[in-house]
Amino acid sequence: MSATPSPRLALRGNPRLGLALGTLTLLVALVALLIVTPQLAERAGASDFQARLLAPTTDYWFGTDVLGRDLLARTLQGLALSLWVGAAAALLGTLIALGLAALACLDRRADAVVGLLVDSVLGLPHLILLMLIAFALGGGTQAVIIAVALTHWPSLTRVLRAELLQLQQADYVRLSRRFGKSRGFVIWHHLLPALLPHCLVGGLLLFPHAILHEAALTFLGFGLSPGQPAIGVLLAESMRYLSAGYWWLGVFPGLGLLLLVLAFDRLGNALRRLLTPHEAQQ
Amino acid sequence: MLEAHDITLGYRPGVSVLRGVSLQLAAGEWLGLSGASGSGKSTLGRALAGHHTLRSGSLQLDGAPLPRHGLHPVQWLPQVPELAVNPRWRIGRILAEAWTPDAALRQRFGIGDDWLERYPHELSGGELQRVAVLRSLAPGVRYLIADEISSMLDAITQAELWQTLAEVAEQRDLGVLVIGHDRALLKRLCQRRLWLENGQLCAEA
Repeated sequence: MSATPSPRLALRGNPRLGLALGTLTLLVALVALLIVTPQLAERAGASDFQARLLAPTTDYWFGTDVLGRDLLARTLQGLALSLWVGAAAALLGTLIALGLAALACLDRRADAVVGLLVDSVLGLPHLILLMLIAFALGGGTQAVIIAVALTHWPSLTRVLRAELLQLQQADYVRLSRRFGKSRGFVIWHHLLPALLPHCLVGGLLLFPHAILHEAALTFLGFGLSPGQPAIGVLLAESMRYLSAGYWWLGVFPGLGLLLLVLAFDRLGNALRRLLTPHEAQQ
Repeated sequence: MLEAHDITLGYRPGVSVLRGVSLQLAAGEWLGLSGASGSGKSTLGRALAGHHTLRSGSLQLDGAPLPRHGLHPVQWLPQVPELAVNPRWRIGRILAEAWTPDAALRQRFGIGDDWLERYPHELSGGELQRVAVLRSLAPGVRYLIADEISSMLDAITQAELWQTLAEVAEQRDLGVLVIGHDRALLKRLCQRRLWLENGQLCAEA
């Protein structure tokens, strides 16, 4: 057999690695910007009634809103809020999915119960369920996180359950036990590393979903409070002024949300390819 | 002596793949097992290596039940080596999961030092099969179930693999159950040959 390049060399020339690193850099830069800018909250909340509804200028890159607040600062703050809500909801949703998938693999009855739960949640209208849970929990950041997490685990649970069932029957897993390895060793060294890419990718792909739903819930009035500069709040406010020609009120927060969602979508897909040695070297 | 007494097992309720199969395999013996596709050869091989729960019957090693924990003294080698190894592990780690063969033994199986850093998909089927065979020869293993391990290999690689395995088996007094369709190969390798039909051992071929 001809010599093949080592994985490290192959990764070095892999365009997908560049893509993943580029996306990761973008996200890190965004998070860093939002965390280290101390004046952001002050600037986002500061009103200047002399500068109401200004179009984008060199002083206000994204323009100002109806209270004369800097839309750039408010958009960045909104994206920061979306990041936290999205991350928490995606993490919680992934943990629920992993736990239920593991439960389903214990025995047939547990599998049937989990299957019924998955089908039930998938069968209900998505947005209505989200609104009901958020409303029942009284709204606010925590309610949105819980609502998004509680409605976004079924698809990932299905994927993880199928993967786990397949892995349990895999020859190399059975052989590992015959080589005297403990159940803990098999779970830690064979099952979890095989599931990790699915969890990471599933979680990352949940992320944009969670962000969009947070924005949608807030837009509809069931999510974050109107006082918070969430993207959903900014978009809802902009609706009143779009027809009057104040396009920047909706365009910039919308574009920011779109870029954030796209970045996570790209990152998820790039990670999926990078975490599998075979795919990484293609 | 590895003994199967009247074993019955199946995958679905009410349907038995193996029905009352009994056989004996002595240390150092090479036993051939053939039969039509779907007759239960691989199921029998896996059962002997403890991969299946029996519906009835028993498996014994020197008159005692086979151990449930620790290294299993009967190792099963599958036909497709790609399925027998973790695709995310390098060859060195795959071997070390069972034991650490010395360089001389690795050399006898044609496994170079540079292979240890490779992933399974960077080896050919024949090369990977040699890795799987060497891995199964951990100290403490007394019987091997070779389930059509050479059916995907070319004639030269087949001959080399069987030659090396025969030498090691002789040194270690390993009993080997060779499962396959190639009657000429079974005749050349094995002292006895069995025929499995519809889950039952019919007669010595």
